[in-house]
Amino acid sequence: MLRKLLIGTALATTFAFSAHAEDVKEVQMLHWWTSGGEAAALNVLKGDLAKEGYAWKDVPVAGGGGDAAMTALKAMVAAGNYPTASQMLGYTVLDYAAAGVMGDLTETAKKEGWDKSVPAALQKFSVYDGKWVAAPVNVHSVNWLWINKAVMDKIGGAEPKTFDDFVALLDKAKAAGVIPLALGGQNWQEATMFDSVVLSTGGPEFYKKAFNDLDDASLKSDTMKKSFDNLAKLVTYVDPNFSGRDWNLATAMVIKGDALVQVMGDWAKGEFHAANKTPGTDFLCYRFPGTDGSVIYNSDMFGMFNVPDDRKAAQVALATATLSKSFQSAFNVVKGSVPARTDVPDTDFDACGKKGIADLKAANDGGTLFGSLAQGYGAPPAVANAYKDVVSKFVHGQIKTSDEAVTELVKAIDDAK
Amino acid sequence: MSAVATPARQASGGMSTKTLNRIVIYGLLALFALFYLMPLFVMLVTSFKTMDEIQNGNMLALPKAPTFDPWIKAWSEVCSGLTCVGMKGYFWNSIKMVVPAVLISTLLGALNGYVLTKWRFRGHTLVFAMMLFACFIPFQSVLLPMATILGSFGRFGVTLQNATGFNFGLGNSTVNLVFVHVVYGIGFTTLFFRNYYEAFPNELIKAAQVDGASFFQIFRRIMLPNSLPIIVVTVIYQFTNIWNDFLFASAYAGSGDVMPMTVALNNVVNTSTGVVEYNVNMAAAMIAALPTLIVYVVAGRYFVRGLMAGAVKG
Amino acid sequence: MSVATSQIKLTPERSRPSVRSRLQDALPKIVLAPSFAITIVFVYGFILWTIYLSFTNSKTFPSYVITGPRAYQRLWGWTFDSDPPSSWYTSIVNMGIFGFLYIAICLALGLFLAILLDQKIRGEGVLRPIYLYPMALSFIVTGVAWKWFLDPGLGLEQTLHQWGWTSFHFDWIKNKDFVIYTVVIAGVWQASGFIMAMFLAGLRGIDGEIMKAAQIDGATTFQLYRRIVIPLLRPIFLSAFIVLAHLAIKSYDLVVALTSGGPGGSAWLPSNFMYEYTFKRNEMAVGSASAVIMLMTIVAIIVPYLYSELREKPR
Repeated sequence: MLRKLLIGTALATTFAFSAHAEDVKEVQMLHWWTSGGEAAALNVLKGDLAKEGYAWKDVPVAGGGGDAAMTALKAMVAAGNYPTASQMLGYTVLDYAAAGVMGDLTETAKKEGWDKSVPAALQKFSVYDGKWVAAPVNVHSVNWLWINKAVMDKIGGAEPKTFDDFVALLDKAKAAGVIPLALGGQNWQEATMFDSVVLSTGGPEFYKKAFNDLDDASLKSDTMKKSFDNLAKLVTYVDPNFSGRDWNLATAMVIKGDALVQVMGDWAKGEFHAANKTPGTDFLCYRFPGTDGSVIYNSDMFGMFNVPDDRKAAQVALATATLSKSFQSAFNVVKGSVPARTDVPDTDFDACGKKGIADLKAANDGGTLFGSLAQGYGAPPAVANAYKDVVSKFVHGQIKTSDEAVTELVKAIDDAK
Repeated sequence: MSAVATPARQASGGMSTKTLNRIVIYGLLALFALFYLMPLFVMLVTSFKTMDEIQNGNMLALPKAPTFDPWIKAWSEVCSGLTCVGMKGYFWNSIKMVVPAVLISTLLGALNGYVLTKWRFRGHTLVFAMMLFACFIPFQSVLLPMATILGSFGRFGVTLQNATGFNFGLGNSTVNLVFVHVVYGIGFTTLFFRNYYEAFPNELIKAAQVDGASFFQIFRRIMLPNSLPIIVVTVIYQFTNIWNDFLFASAYAGSGDVMPMTVALNNVVNTSTGVVEYNVNMAAAMIAALPTLIVYVVAGRYFVRGLMAGAVKG
Repeated sequence: MSVATSQIKLTPERSRPSVRSRLQDALPKIVLAPSFAITIVFVYGFILWTIYLSFTNSKTFPSYVITGPRAYQRLWGWTFDSDPPSSWYTSIVNMGIFGFLYIAICLALGLFLAILLDQKIRGEGVLRPIYLYPMALSFIVTGVAWKWFLDPGLGLEQTLHQWGWTSFHFDWIKNKDFVIYTVVIAGVWQASGFIMAMFLAGLRGIDGEIMKAAQIDGATTFQLYRRIVIPLLRPIFLSAFIVLAHLAIKSYDLVVALTSGGPGGSAWLPSNFMYEYTFKRNEMAVGSASAVIMLMTIVAIIVPYLYSELREKPR
């Protein structure tokens, strides 16, 4: 039985689909972008490929922010039926690359000059062992505030520059009878907000040490404790029904003016965009107070699998189209993110998008571009999820004090490492 | 049994007590009916409301201006990923998978039950116990090894095709799903049929044997014609479970051309961004649930009768 | 579903030692063999595979190098992490609460409804499918409605506030200590009708003569049910218990669709734990170990039952 399984897995890579001879003019794409805006964005890519004569075989599996899709991917890989490409995040790409199931796009990368145009921080995940294994689609940035302008004017608030400013602003909203902070009480949302809190409380150096290098001393430090205290402070401004709320419902609260502000990645802008809201007049985008100049990022990537030779041409076409400047611009305008290459003109982007592009460039040059731990770009999934557990338990009261939170964080991360 | 309770009350109380009893009984039954109907009611009324009414109105209120648009949209326009053909595009995929899986697992269950009761051999209880225990395995834990084996079936299919020009459907996603559902369904179907045939008179079979009827002749001419109640129970049970399966379907048949209804519904309902169109979601959910609902309502009476006839026999 | 045994064993009448008749003799076994073989490979083989993996350091993908019982040691450690509760601790405590309440309430409610429905009710044909239909729907379908209904800002609480009962408060789904009970409510809603159908079938199968005799002896309706009917339904209690136990252990989408795991993961059940660790956290060894523990628990519950039911009873 076991032997059979072992042999099955080994054979999967060597002898899958060796029967076909002529090129397959089709890309098979696993993804979880099923909502209107995302699907529209992806349709741009489908159209680009159709022009080159490639059909698009869609494998959409929505749910759990890609969890269901990743399970399906694992099953496909176990069966030896690799898709041409799959939407993937951060360390997952590296895991699959280490397992030897990813393809090699180095030639295409050289021809297209990806090495120069894609930020080094992204290449950490799209290049494995010197080989390009994934095509980054976008760069999302996590440390943003999204504010309803009408509410902001009503309470007479101004852009908060420090954490204390931010608290003062939230107090103003509270006094005016508006829900100050819109939050969805799911662990990834809470942890995403905490990413920003830690960057704000400890500064760029501290964030990198604690959440990218997993340095024990930093995780244990008083700064981390202070960060948890600050998080606890923010949670007091949340409405009582926040637990379990989806992130886009929290964004809708800000759009409708029920709440003042949401701390969320720039995918929230896609929601404002879909509701026909304009930055500057309807809503405001500020960096999380005290994090200006730094960018906490995550990125959607199309992992490219080691498909048989007859499907490689289609894969190269897909990768090339993905990183073409026109697609990068068109896609990211809709999605709310910024292009994964730094040489794409920002003409089509709105004010927030332009700021995002400029910030990314500055952070990339200045060495303050950090992977988001909550989004799986700071550490492998085991650690990231252990982190999310602790933050969420702290927010919901299973962990009662910041002292305890720090102890638990260190323990959980050590355990998962 | 049911005939007896009433005289009991007549004996113990007067007319008014009896009426009171009836009121209490009907009241309780109606109350519970409300509890069971509530989610269905919410889904139904929501599916006929406009988004405006949903956002500003009461969840339990009837639609002020009923609209069929959400249903039309769910039936023929909603998108699962990049394909926007509505739910109707996935009906056939589900049917193609569910019907063979139900038929095969039911037939195998009937044969197994027949052997395990009427053609016993040493260790038959152990064999049955082992097959029964299979019902309890958590499906999440078989996802990956099953995928590996299905993958090797697929590769074998390719080899076979090269050799013979025909691959017998090996590696086809729908065939894979049928296989998986048969594998994890025979535990239940065997259980149902075994318990039913247990009560089936052995004398009939003995007589047929004396007349020279063979193993299969007895099965076809005597067992099957007398199995209608349990066949109904098994088919309903299997149909519901297989139609509603999401885990295997999403892992083994996620691509648009073979995707069953549940995966499409999940893609419609579980989108992560954009305004959540509750009315369309509810309409889509109702459409996906319609076949199983119809089966339960139409065949519901036979279901209890079938259970009575043996599936839960002591 | 309980299992009776019959005492008559059939043997083929004429047994001549020809190849043809030997084949005839073996035919039943040949017919059964494919199903049995499939079970051996795809159930027991996979169980062995899972046990094997739990002793490796498998992460994202299966690894076949045995590295020892570290996964079990971690689970064992987590079993006693109650303050703050580890995810595993939460899962097993929830399993206890959920399993007990779900099974107990479904049995009680199922029996109660079956008895009510057995009182010569007009409109039984309408009521029965109403109680039964939740079993027909997947939780991907009904989870949305339930989530909505239980949400204090959207559902029951808000509706009652709109109707004027402003002091009404029901926010269990948002509360880490109570969220598991909302899972119980939705679970009971789904399965109790099915259990009702089983009991109803049982009630209809009871011999009227026994009842008549009891009535002649002057038993009240209540006594009748307590002393005679319910004891007669014992096999159905056992069958229903098995059905419910297997549904309880497999409850996964219930928790996900309804609570997405609950505040701070407070609604997790062991199956959620297993899925999370195997597929999401890429700690396949831990996921496998938790699956093995789940299976062992099932064995501990089911095997004694199967043994007592399937044992050849001397008559």
